[in-house]
Amino acid sequence: MIDIKNVHKIFNKGKANQVDAVNGIDLHINTGEFVVVIGSNGSGKTTLLNLVAGSVIPSSGTVSIDGNDVTNMPDYKRSQWIARVFQNPLSGTASDLSILDNFRLAAIRTKSKGLSIGVDEAFKKQVKEKIATLGMGLENKIAQPMGTLSGGQRQALTLLMSIMDTCQVLLLDEPTAALDPRSADVVMKTADKLVKDFKLTSILITHNLKDAYNYGTRIIQMGEGVILKDVDAAHKAKLTQHDLFDWFG
Amino acid sequence: MDFYLTALLQGLCFSGIALGIYISMKIFNIPDITTDGSYTLGGAFTGVLLLHNQPTYIVLPVVIFAGAIAGALTGIIHTKLKINALLAGILVMTALYSINLKLMGRSNIPLNSKPTIFSLLNLVNNPNQNTFWILLAFVALITLIIGYLLKTDFGIAMRATGNSESMIRALGVNTDRMKITGLAIANALTATSGYLMTQYQGFADISMGIGIVIYGLGSVIIAEAFINWFRVTSIWLSLVLVLFGAIIFQFVLAFTLSIGVDATLLKLVTAVFVLLIVSLPRLTYNRSL
Repeated sequence: MIDIKNVHKIFNKGKANQVDAVNGIDLHINTGEFVVVIGSNGSGKTTLLNLVAGSVIPSSGTVSIDGNDVTNMPDYKRSQWIARVFQNPLSGTASDLSILDNFRLAAIRTKSKGLSIGVDEAFKKQVKEKIATLGMGLENKIAQPMGTLSGGQRQALTLLMSIMDTCQVLLLDEPTAALDPRSADVVMKTADKLVKDFKLTSILITHNLKDAYNYGTRIIQMGEGVILKDVDAAHKAKLTQHDLFDWFG
Repeated sequence: MDFYLTALLQGLCFSGIALGIYISMKIFNIPDITTDGSYTLGGAFTGVLLLHNQPTYIVLPVVIFAGAIAGALTGIIHTKLKINALLAGILVMTALYSINLKLMGRSNIPLNSKPTIFSLLNLVNNPNQNTFWILLAFVALITLIIGYLLKTDFGIAMRATGNSESMIRALGVNTDRMKITGLAIANALTATSGYLMTQYQGFADISMGIGIVIYGLGSVIIAEAFINWFRVTSIWLSLVLVLFGAIIFQFVLAFTLSIGVDATLLKLVTAVFVLLIVSLPRLTYNRSL
C-alpha cells in the first residue's frame, strides 16, 4: 500500500541550522497493516508521517501509495487515500464550524467541494447515527461549534470523520498526546476498532509504550532519521513491554 | 431627518465593503488592504463606462470582474510568493492607484445626468426613497448570494480554510486556491460598493477609496460585537448583522457631523470610534476578572 524508497529529507540544507530529519528510509507497508512508530524526540517519526501525508516533500527518494508515485504530490491531493488525525485536536477539526459542517467536509474528502448545499436532513441523520456509536452523547449536539468540545471529544470525532468518506490509509500522529488518560484510552480503542472494521492501512506515532505494545500489527523504532528496529506481527506478539522499554535503554 | 436617510443610503452603499471585509477578515483571517484600491477601481470603471453611455447593467459585471482580478492578484502574491498578506494588499492597492488614474484619465469624473442604476426604475416619486428601495433590493440580493454560497460545500470549505488550514488540506482542499478565490470574491464585493457609491453620489473620484477599509472593518467589528453578545452561529444572521454594522457606522458619522464636529476631523472621529468598539468589550472583561 505504501512504498517508501531511499527517502532523505534535509531541512535548511547548507545553512547553519541544517537538520537531517530523515536519512535514507526504505519502508514497505502492506495493505491492512497497522504500523506503530516509536522513537525519541527528533528521531524523524513525524517527518516520516508527513512524507507519507505529503505535508513534507522528500529531498530525494520516492514515495508511492497504492502503486501511484506521489513523491511530489501535495497533501490535499493525497487526501483521496489518506485521512489524518493530528497531535493537536485543533488541527484536525475547525473550531468555529459546527460538528455537522466538520462532518460534511469529511464526507466529501475525496470529492470536489461544489456549489450545492450538501447538509440536508438525510445527512444530519447519518452523522447522528455515526456519532452515536461513540457513546459520548454528542449526537444531540451536532449544531454546536466544534470549539465547544473537549480535546478528547474532538479527537474521537476526528477519527470518526476519517471514515466518513472512502479511506485506505489512516495516519495517527500522537493522537492522544494532549489528552487525559481516560480520553486517551477511548480514542485509542476507537482508532483500533476503526482500523480493524474498515481494514485500514495505518501508521501510529506514539510516545506511549503501552499503546505501542497493545495496538498495531508491526512496530518500528526510529532514531537519527533511520529505522533502528522493525518487528513484524509474528515477532511483535512475542515482545513484552519490558523489551520496548529496553529499546530506549 | 434627511441627514439620517443619507446615512442609511451610504451605509447600504458600503455594505459591499462590509461583506467583503467580513469574508477576508472573519472567514479567511486575512487583513486585506486591497479594499482601498478595489473600491476606487469599481468607482473608476463605473464612472468611465457610464460616461461613455454604457448601460448600468453592463457596467456591473465589468466592475465585479475587475474587483475579482484585483483580489486574486493580492491572493496570488500572498500565497504563491509567500508575501505577508498585509504587504500584498498594500502593493496591489498602491499599484491600483495608478491604474485607476490612468483609467479615469483625470482625478474626477462627474456623471451629471447620465442614467444610473437609480434612474433605471422609478418605484416611488421621492428620489431618495426610490434610491433606498433599489439599494435595499440590490443589497438583499448580494446578501442572499453570499449567504447561499457560505452554506454550500464550497462555502463550508471556505470557512474551514481560515479556521484550521491543516484540517482542510487533509480533507482535500487546495488552500492557496481557496484563499485566492476568497480574496477575489471579497474584492468583487468591494468594487460593487464603489459601483453603487459612484452612482449614488454622481461622480467617481480618485481619492474616494482612501481610508475606506476602515468602513468595512468598523462594520464587521460592530457586527462581531453583536455576534459575540448573542452567541450567533447562524450565517444568515451574521451577514445581516454585518449589514447592520455598515449602517450603524454611517449613523454614528452622521451624528457626529450633526452635533457640529468639524468635517475635517471626520477621519479622526472614525478612527476613535472604531478603537472604542474594539476596546470596549476588552475593557469591560478586564473589570469583571
